[in-house]
Amino acid sequence: MSGLAAVVVLLAIGIILVLWLIGIYNSLIRLRNQVKNAWSQIDVQLKRRHDLIPNLVDTAKGYMQHERGTLEAVTKARNQAAAASGVGEQAKAERNLSQALGNFFVVVENYPDLKASQNFLQVQEELTSTENKIGFARQAYNDQAMALNNRIQMFPSNLVAGMFNFTAAEFFEIEAPAEREVPKVSFN
Amino acid sequence: MWEQIRSNRRKSVFLVLCIAALLLFLGLVIGEAWQPGAGLLGVAVALVLWTVLSLTAYFRGGDILLAVSGAKEITHDDHPRLFNVVEEMKIAAALPKMPKVYLIDDMAMNAFATGRSPDDAAVAVTAGLLGRLNRDELQGVVAHEMSHILNRDVLLMSMVGVTLGALVMISQVFLRSLYFGGSSRRYRSSRANGGQALILVVAIVGAILAPILAQLIYFAVSRRREYLADANAAVLTRYPEGLASALEKLSVDTQVLARANRATAPMYIVNPLRKANEARTGLTSTHPPIEERVRVLRTIIGSVSYQQYEAAWRTTRGNRGSIMPASALASDQANPIRQAMAPETQQTPRQQVREAGDLLRKVNQFLFLPCACGLRIKLPPDFKKPQIECPRCHRLLTAPVAQMVAAGAVAQAVAGRPEQPVPAQPLAITRSGTGWMSFKCPCGTTQNIAPSFAGNQIACSHCGRKIQIRRA
Repeated sequence: MSGLAAVVVLLAIGIILVLWLIGIYNSLIRLRNQVKNAWSQIDVQLKRRHDLIPNLVDTAKGYMQHERGTLEAVTKARNQAAAASGVGEQAKAERNLSQALGNFFVVVENYPDLKASQNFLQVQEELTSTENKIGFARQAYNDQAMALNNRIQMFPSNLVAGMFNFTAAEFFEIEAPAEREVPKVSFN
Repeated sequence: MWEQIRSNRRKSVFLVLCIAALLLFLGLVIGEAWQPGAGLLGVAVALVLWTVLSLTAYFRGGDILLAVSGAKEITHDDHPRLFNVVEEMKIAAALPKMPKVYLIDDMAMNAFATGRSPDDAAVAVTAGLLGRLNRDELQGVVAHEMSHILNRDVLLMSMVGVTLGALVMISQVFLRSLYFGGSSRRYRSSRANGGQALILVVAIVGAILAPILAQLIYFAVSRRREYLADANAAVLTRYPEGLASALEKLSVDTQVLARANRATAPMYIVNPLRKANEARTGLTSTHPPIEERVRVLRTIIGSVSYQQYEAAWRTTRGNRGSIMPASALASDQANPIRQAMAPETQQTPRQQVREAGDLLRKVNQFLFLPCACGLRIKLPPDFKKPQIECPRCHRLLTAPVAQMVAAGAVAQAVAGRPEQPVPAQPLAITRSGTGWMSFKCPCGTTQNIAPSFAGNQIACSHCGRKIQIRRA
């Protein structure tokens, strides 16, 4: 009789242990998926910035007949950034694009008509917002990565993470400030 | 942030269940007091009432709130800035789906969020708010609302709210029946034995105290949730000053939101029912005093996190209590505060308010007719005349009739007015002299030409028929 009771107790402990393991495993999976999703958001917004630049150039063309060089530089930088592959190359291309855009917005200061144009204001709003979105996507990614890494390193979830080979997510740091940074465009 | 949300959810369920248990207990006691042995019937009545109210709040709550506040859904093209700011905050909060964006047709400054889950959420702001906040401030307000969505505060507050409503209903019905039917046989029979009398006393005390207790819990929870949403907004935007400055503007706004009531008040960012210059800090207010919220946000220096917010709150209040949930403080990291955003356009406040007004008209299906003199003429959806004179330069402009008909179809269906025939031939009148002149339009109305009139055409004020004025 006491043997049966012992078996039942052991069985109950075993079941609770398994359920607990499943719970931790699922939470790790959920966090990892959130990290992946947050990473893809950054790419979506970078791509959106590439898509906006042709609009910007088209809008500006009519007003800036004498600034062909500046506009061409922006277009070229944009095409290079869109075609870039690999993190290092991409970072370099994005940096060039930021520079070209910076030059462009300096030149825009000389064209009050352009600055007042409704189309230009619209594109400018979209560009500003896209830059904010890139920043916030990066922020959300780092928050999620932090949550996952905490889980992976802290006891007792680190045991489960070790069992199933969960690896810590890399933070999205900007080592050199210019690297991979979105263009700091001031619109005034 | 993400750990804290799950822990919050468990606590919220517990809270709702506690108040529901109070409700069922009240049902039991009142049932017993009404007639010995009817306790279970009382529980059943309370349960049915609660279920009906909760299901309504759960499935229709958001729609009801939006309808009651008179909010209209807008798209990206209606107001790119608002839409973009909401999308930025959606990304920062990692919501699975873009919330719907609504505009409230009111020049008072306020905002609220609805939605039972992050998949099914909406953010609504008033036109007045949109008109008077800059981008950083708007971002702060939207982030605050986004935090309510993220923390599922809307669901919690509406669930607690309806449970409270059921409690009040049951206790009111009981107390009134006692008052008006006090001498009826049912309650008198309770004098028969001491036990029954005791139950009656318990029921009366319960019916009086339970709603008050539940309300105090409700208000306390609501205030804590506001602090949490403020802290969350600061963490999301990394810029506490944005929300602080927005709240400051909101606090000096003297306009009262027309379509808010006591049931919807806790959903707004600031209490829409507050009176000017009234500091409501008591146990019975749904929001913490705005001035205190601003001070707490401004006390955060260096980096922004829940711990920083808690520290700032303690400094402001001068006490050692705790306002942030423990789970928020546990999974926390310090984030540097970002710089203020460059002002993207030099819009004067007047221009901003005008823009908000235009947006309202657009949502209400007005049509805009640009005139060559630079004026934009706003045509209401039920505008019928084929032509309109510009009020500034007196040019005659052709109204886009086909567009108007399409846009006005809805408005017309509501108004039920018959379509007026568009006049075919312009009529010509020869003007005699330079003084006042009257003539009759074929539609039967008398038209007057003023001495100062210098144009060569007028439109009948009734039928819109174009009438040429020739000079003699």
